[in-house]
Amino acid sequence: MSYNKNMNKDIYDVIVVGAGITGSFIARELSKYTLKVCVLEKANDVGNGATNANSAIIHSGYDPIPGTNKAKFNVLGNKMFDQIADELDVSFRRIGSLTVANFPEQVSMLEELAKRSKENGVEVKILSGEEVAKMEPNIPNSYGALYAPTAGIINPFNLCIHAMENAVDNGVKLCLSNKVISIKYEDELFYVTTDKDTYVSKIVINAAGNYADQIANMINKVDWSITPRKGEYYVLDHKVKNFVNHVIFPLPSEKGKGVLVTKTTSDNYLVGPSSEVINDKDDVSTDKMTLDNVKSQANLLVKGIPYNTCIRTFSGLRPSCSRHDFVIEKDSKFDHFINVGGIESPGLVSAPAIAKYVVEELVSSISLLINKKDYNSRVRRYPHIKEVKPEIRDKMIKDNPDFGEMICDCEQISLGEINDILSRSVPPRSVKGVKRRVRAGFGRCQGGFCSPKVVLLLAKHYGISPLEVPLDDEGSNVLLEKVKVVD
Amino acid sequence: MERVDLLVIGGGSAGMAAALQAKKEGVKDILILEKEDRLGGILNQCIHNGFGLTEFKEELSGPEYLQRFADQVIAEKIPYKLNTMVTNLSKNKVVTYSNSEDGIKQIQAKAVIMATGCYERNAGAIQLAGDRPSGIITAGTAQKYLNIHGYLVGKKIVILGSGDIGLIMARRLTLEGAKVICVSEINPYSAGLNRNIAQCLKDFDIPLYLSRTVSKVIGKNRVEKVVLTAVDQNYNFIPNTDMEIECDTLILSIGLVPYIELLEKIDCPTSSTKGAKVNSLMETEIDGVFACGNCLHVHDVVDFVTDEGRLAGHGAALYINDKFKDENVIKVNPGNNVSYVVPQTVNMDVDENVTFKFRVRKPLINQRLTIKSGENLLFKQVKPVLIPSEMVMISVPLEKLKEAKEEITLSLEDN
Amino acid sequence: MKELTCIVCPRGCSLKIDENMNVTGNFCPRGAKYAVSELTHPMRSLTSSVRVINRENTVVSVKTSGNIPKEKMFELMEHINTLKVQAPVNIGDIVSHNPLGLDVDIIITKKLD
Repeated sequence: MSYNKNMNKDIYDVIVVGAGITGSFIARELSKYTLKVCVLEKANDVGNGATNANSAIIHSGYDPIPGTNKAKFNVLGNKMFDQIADELDVSFRRIGSLTVANFPEQVSMLEELAKRSKENGVEVKILSGEEVAKMEPNIPNSYGALYAPTAGIINPFNLCIHAMENAVDNGVKLCLSNKVISIKYEDELFYVTTDKDTYVSKIVINAAGNYADQIANMINKVDWSITPRKGEYYVLDHKVKNFVNHVIFPLPSEKGKGVLVTKTTSDNYLVGPSSEVINDKDDVSTDKMTLDNVKSQANLLVKGIPYNTCIRTFSGLRPSCSRHDFVIEKDSKFDHFINVGGIESPGLVSAPAIAKYVVEELVSSISLLINKKDYNSRVRRYPHIKEVKPEIRDKMIKDNPDFGEMICDCEQISLGEINDILSRSVPPRSVKGVKRRVRAGFGRCQGGFCSPKVVLLLAKHYGISPLEVPLDDEGSNVLLEKVKVVD
Repeated sequence: MERVDLLVIGGGSAGMAAALQAKKEGVKDILILEKEDRLGGILNQCIHNGFGLTEFKEELSGPEYLQRFADQVIAEKIPYKLNTMVTNLSKNKVVTYSNSEDGIKQIQAKAVIMATGCYERNAGAIQLAGDRPSGIITAGTAQKYLNIHGYLVGKKIVILGSGDIGLIMARRLTLEGAKVICVSEINPYSAGLNRNIAQCLKDFDIPLYLSRTVSKVIGKNRVEKVVLTAVDQNYNFIPNTDMEIECDTLILSIGLVPYIELLEKIDCPTSSTKGAKVNSLMETEIDGVFACGNCLHVHDVVDFVTDEGRLAGHGAALYINDKFKDENVIKVNPGNNVSYVVPQTVNMDVDENVTFKFRVRKPLINQRLTIKSGENLLFKQVKPVLIPSEMVMISVPLEKLKEAKEEITLSLEDN
Repeated sequence: MKELTCIVCPRGCSLKIDENMNVTGNFCPRGAKYAVSELTHPMRSLTSSVRVINRENTVVSVKTSGNIPKEKMFELMEHINTLKVQAPVNIGDIVSHNPLGLDVDIIITKKLD
């Protein structure tokens, strides 16, 4: 077999497969060095898989079993987040978590967890039921809780997108809508073929989320596999203020951290997730029975959850690994092929630490890392017109009137903010791409009012017909036919 | 800070009527703030006929109806700002708004009228089960794409919910070349007006399935199928009643909700309509803040929205001219078979008749409507037919209500 | 005896009409007229839109100036779909005179500046 036809191609130092939270942070980490890096992503946007649907929590790290990759990277990652949130301009709040004992027999488990926390190096405190009730009026009758003050909530969409944006700003090439179908190794080079093209590199990093086992097996059969574990959630409107003020967990079980109730960075509430092992790696459907079950579990945890303010239900897939831990290692046969798989919870918090390890420990052992002189760890600041002082907002509008023209009523997102994301290095291509970046359509009307405006803006920006604008990934067009075609 | 006597938030039918009435009653300094690029609100996209029968004794389309009021607003020289979003309303009636010309600005109003309309309940509200592909869209959004921009959201369509917009859209989509396969309604009765079932569904042989709802959406990128399942009277699915229907689009017409985010931020008390609680002059429980139209309770006929706007404009005019009294109020409760009554209180000091607007919980025939205060019967009327989709209005002379010594209750009983 | 729902106004009366064209169930005289017409030659008004060629992604609403035979609706739609206008337009502007010989015009129902 020969790949001579590809020899006039660019040869990358590193190809990263997958632009979820792991791939994006790895790309960002690589972009610090004078490496030629390319990211291949099957979807038309970054963070469109597991990153797109999870609890959006920066876990403290009290829960993973000491000595595991999960424990190590969770704890390391958590410490990095103040700086990351600042550099990447992402909303992040360390609101702390409460792991609540709802039954007397669970109190001893709190002690056990506290011990585990100590081993993991996580600061925690055991609170009495009264103390819990003071902090959370809707948990009046608990038997105490484990309080972890370093736990936080984050906007996971922005976290991933901004990390990739920062990587691209620092020279990484991002190829969206490129689904990897085969990988071959010849003459010390990897030939990664997608449904669009073939890409050549010296090193491949597999960060393909739920598909990581399939990508790994393209080069060498691995002894681990990924089974998606679905989690279904309710999103509740911010109508009820301060319904909960912390991340509220039940005590963890075999199946994971259980159904939690938390505030989000936009002051909505999340209730979930369920945990169902499924086979279909793309099945993000929801069903009533599962959601009803989420409800009954959550009701044990917090009183009077306002389900009548539900604005959305969704599900996400955790890439659960047969090893029950993160896989972060070189392939057994090809040491230039690095697998980063099974990055389920606590993946969001671990991603920056995993990326650092992958690059500083694994990549550095096979390739020389030279710092890039002009590397900039910060993204261009986003225009937070809702958060800035009125005088500043006023000046911003005077300087750019588009900041005064509203597109999304519910979340008050202006044309200026949408134009801003369209001008960035990882611009949205779909209605949901806009939504993930600036929250247009995230509010109570769920895009009823703003989606027509967003569709027309995208069509105009990309010089395409509104008929070609997707809701989400390719093939999900919003409109099916133009009527009254008279020209 | 700039000052204004009356600030109207929303330049749709309710807001325009309110502003015009206030002007007529001597309020000089009025400002309307409208978020869209033209006056008229949602009527701009309601291009079908049937508006104005009460107001103008003729049948107009939505844009024609609104233009008559927009023309008056212009003729009366009532100032309005388009493309303007109100970002905040404080309890002491300082309104913050933003647009591209003025930047962000605060203005102190003597009185504020909320006329912000409503939004559509969507898939989240009913926790629609199944996949999340493209092709699930609310009826009003589909209406905007079709009637304003000239695009069809689908070609093979199932409509969930028999609200009027859904019925109207069934006809519009059919006329414009789409196939509407059926309309499915979870209740055992339609949520829309009978005339719309006749002229929008029967005219085009579109079946209406009652007591049936979508149990599952199937489709990866685009809707491919929906499963319609029958429900019992407690809305539980009945086994083995699934109908799998191939379609590319599911349109949701499952109800409208008052859009009152601004009032919620200042903890304005709301009623079961999900709009603000108001007295008989449409004043909310925030002093000097009035509400009318669909942001108060969802109407089925725009003529009544206009009327309610006028009442709010009248109330605000009294308030601004210091003729407003609200010391002596009596609470109004919805009684048997009544889902809500607007207003929630009556000002006994204002010498005017009171129009009660209410809806019934289920279709009823031959009912005796009573207004009682304790055991004291204040008013009664016989109602031959009552359906939930039709808002009922009754005008009651204030003298009759003045006999009330305590809270009053509006109820229905078999006659 | 035939039963039908009156579409003249939002009240939507349930009408009954017998072989001798006697109508019951109507709240107002318009209902009786409607029932008779519905049985002999059903008529409808038609509302739709036409493309505005000098505005991007814009159509403007139109209606028939009077009722047309119900069975002609789709034929008339085909004609309406070929029409185009140039903004500005005003309410009442005639876009098409007496199409299909139906004795109605297609008129603009929305003002576009």
